[in-house]
Amino acid sequence: MGAHAAHDHHDDQHDHKPTGITRWLFTTNHKDIGTMYLWFAFTMFLTGGFMALLIRAELFQPGLQFFEPSFFNQMTTVHGLVMVFGAVMPAFTGLANWLIPMMIGAPDMALPRMNNWSFWILPFAFLLLISSLFMEGGGPNFGWTFYAPLSTTYGPPSTDFFIFSVHIMGLSSIMGAINVIVTVFNLRAPGMTLMRMPLFVWTWLITAFLLIMVMPVLAGVVTMMLTDRHFGTDFFNAAGGGDPVLFQHVFWFFGHPEVYIMILPSFGIASAIIPAFARKPLFGYASMVYATSSIAFLSFVVWAHHMFTVGMPLGGELFFMYATMLIAVPTGVKIFNWVATMWQGSMTFETPMLFAIAFVILFTIGGFSGVMLAMAPVDFQYHDTYFVVAHFHYVLFPGAIFGTIAAVYYWLPKWCGNRYDEFWGKVHFWLSMIFVNLTFFPMHFSGLAGMPRRIPDYNVMFADFNMMSSIGAFGLGLTQLLFLWIVIKCIRSGPKAAAKPWEGAHGLEWTIPSPAPYHTFTTPPVITNENAHS
Amino acid sequence: MSLLSKLKAGLGLLALLSMTTVSAANSTLNLREGVTELSREAYHLHNWVVLVMLLVAVVVFGAMAYSMWAHTKKKNPVPAKFSHSTALEILWTGIPFIILIVLTVPATTLLMKQYDTAESDLTVVVRGFQWKWKYSYPDQGIEYFSNLATPREAFINSATLASTPMAAIAKVATAGVTSKGDTPSEKSATYLLEVDKELVIPVGKKVRFLVTGDDVIHAFWVPDFGIKKDAIPGFINETWARPEKTGIYRGQCTELCGKDHGFMPIVVRVVEEAEFNTWVASKQEEQRAADAAAVIAAASSLTLEQLMADGEKAYLAKCAACHQPTGAGLPPTFPALVGSKIATGPVADHLSIVVNGKAGTAMQAFGAQLTDVELASIITYERNAWGNNTGELVQPADVAAFKTGK
Repeated sequence: MGAHAAHDHHDDQHDHKPTGITRWLFTTNHKDIGTMYLWFAFTMFLTGGFMALLIRAELFQPGLQFFEPSFFNQMTTVHGLVMVFGAVMPAFTGLANWLIPMMIGAPDMALPRMNNWSFWILPFAFLLLISSLFMEGGGPNFGWTFYAPLSTTYGPPSTDFFIFSVHIMGLSSIMGAINVIVTVFNLRAPGMTLMRMPLFVWTWLITAFLLIMVMPVLAGVVTMMLTDRHFGTDFFNAAGGGDPVLFQHVFWFFGHPEVYIMILPSFGIASAIIPAFARKPLFGYASMVYATSSIAFLSFVVWAHHMFTVGMPLGGELFFMYATMLIAVPTGVKIFNWVATMWQGSMTFETPMLFAIAFVILFTIGGFSGVMLAMAPVDFQYHDTYFVVAHFHYVLFPGAIFGTIAAVYYWLPKWCGNRYDEFWGKVHFWLSMIFVNLTFFPMHFSGLAGMPRRIPDYNVMFADFNMMSSIGAFGLGLTQLLFLWIVIKCIRSGPKAAAKPWEGAHGLEWTIPSPAPYHTFTTPPVITNENAHS
Repeated sequence: MSLLSKLKAGLGLLALLSMTTVSAANSTLNLREGVTELSREAYHLHNWVVLVMLLVAVVVFGAMAYSMWAHTKKKNPVPAKFSHSTALEILWTGIPFIILIVLTVPATTLLMKQYDTAESDLTVVVRGFQWKWKYSYPDQGIEYFSNLATPREAFINSATLASTPMAAIAKVATAGVTSKGDTPSEKSATYLLEVDKELVIPVGKKVRFLVTGDDVIHAFWVPDFGIKKDAIPGFINETWARPEKTGIYRGQCTELCGKDHGFMPIVVRVVEEAEFNTWVASKQEEQRAADAAAVIAAASSLTLEQLMADGEKAYLAKCAACHQPTGAGLPPTFPALVGSKIATGPVADHLSIVVNGKAGTAMQAFGAQLTDVELASIITYERNAWGNNTGELVQPADVAAFKTGK
């Protein structure tokens, strides 16, 4: 009578949901929208990953094997755009949608109809972007950083599609961010003070502020590109009295906070998972909040460290070098806090914990190369080489993406009511761990040896490292299909999960049944010291 | 080298990596020391910061590893309850801060040195073009372009390179990672890092580089000199080097600058001062002779065969990267010349676009880059090759007349 029991159980929660396609098209339910965001992000992750594999296939050995250089450039560009705007950011928004209302005891997001809209414009943005690859002259081929004048005067005709799609992505992100801020400020359950919120909510709140501050700047810079291309302005055209370096300043004023937008929610995830599996409260909750805020503040005053070689005055170089190095301090605090959380805990290593620990270790390696890159006089040797590629992939793949994967394993029992297969989860982890390092660690060496990034062919001295990276990339890509299979298997079947499937987990989301009913916390819970600080 | 032996070499290298310390000098695993004070100091600073980072890594990862070993549920069933310690938190905010200050001191000193371009002995203007470099010695009155010398056949491993998504997927799917039908050519040690005309500078002299771009942003990087500067249209950036050893030093453009970004290397030949002076003199003589020859050639009349033969050679060297050896181009960015309005229409339009270029595209003004003879033969070739068969001849005199007539 299992099915009947489940049915009863649903009825208890008044758990009737609309059915069919209109459920998904018209939904204003934060869980449905979160699910759609996550599936969308995963689709984009596979799409961008597929492009990465095309890149790695070309780079497997010296010589041009498969593609014209112009097509190779389109792949590096669209891979970056799809991963940043299509995979990482929507995945975090999906997690925010699912988790924030459940974590703060709210019935839903504060602006549900806007929530629907902010998701549903995303697929169109990416259809526009990806369709440009099939147009005459090809898609965007100027790198995900789209420096002018390569992207303006010299851009392919499809650049306007790229500009419009960035506008739509930006709108979607801004709406998502406003929703998070309004929800957190207005819909917290009684007793859920700001300093009692789980860190995931805190990091997302700070991320949301970064988003509403920098996405309009991105919209501004692409609009300036548009007017340069079509309406006779010369913002970035030196021949018309404009300034190509202005583009980089405006772009990186968006771009650097964007880097933190792609990592702060992962900090929140690690801060939920590590205490749960160490069976010990998070060390230094308050300092975590302050460190995250400092990182967010500093992210606005370091943008020109991406531009150490443009010929800034000495004073400018020094300022941006010092400010950038300063970021290591709050970041270090967070890492030490996680280690202290593990210290004298009672740890078990289920899949979410494995991914969370790998996140801390590999993100720290990315942090080390970050400090190195911050040192302007040595950066002249690293700038725009594979060393940079290694650095940002270390903070993005094992950082943002391992964080997201850890979150999926951790909250999956809550979302679908079943437990995933722990054995295959661990296989997924170990394969990912091996291949992510095989892919990205050799890039440090090809960079130090002098290989510039974004080149389709290279000298024989870089051949061995590139071959290792390519083998790693194919392994890493295929391993993620295993993840897809594990998740689908878990949704369809698997042992039933308890309301709180993890012994050490804390927080409101574990007080409701698994799977989480369609509507939760229609009556707000009351928060006391016991159920605060997930 | 077979795939298998490459694989073995790769795996062997990986094993080596885990055993070798990163600071091992003269290995391919580390930054190079280079041949200038700047590159050497950057190298030492790099080694030093790597060492500091390794020490931090040992402490942090060591603590994590110990904790993962000792603080498991089995060994420590009852977890501790502590959740903060003000003293510890102050300590691990303060210590990184001090480490960073220690790192910034040498970094600041070196950066100031790198920015000191005063009292140079020689000035070279470096100008980035899509996809070549132009070096000018304003005080010596020398200037020339430097192009990739690796022939196209050497880097094309397949006759049918894909340029659309569907073709790309089909290509990768059918060929696998190693293509069987196409035999990769042997790649030399200087593959893609060799040029027709090197940048030549004297040893032991402070050379000031003025770096700028003609079309899009490029970046001038010579790893052995420890310098990298962006070549930006409308800006003139300064940097300098005082190479201490003669030899040949190779670098590459390091800012994505379009299709052939990977194919515009930088090669610097550092020579003794006497040799440099001889080189300058010969270069000046060469330039004078070329000017004189151009005057004579401009007055002479060439046959169609001659123009076509010279034109084909010059076209393949200067034009084929974009317009392709077949004249089919890569439309719409790089238009086809076969049957095009320019190549089969009025000669004046053809002259105009080749001599003056087209603003806002990769089509440069070749009027100042090529001689009148080269321009005449290229234009004649384009008007008669690939079935364009206009039968029209453009003589060097026509080019000269067009240039002066405007």
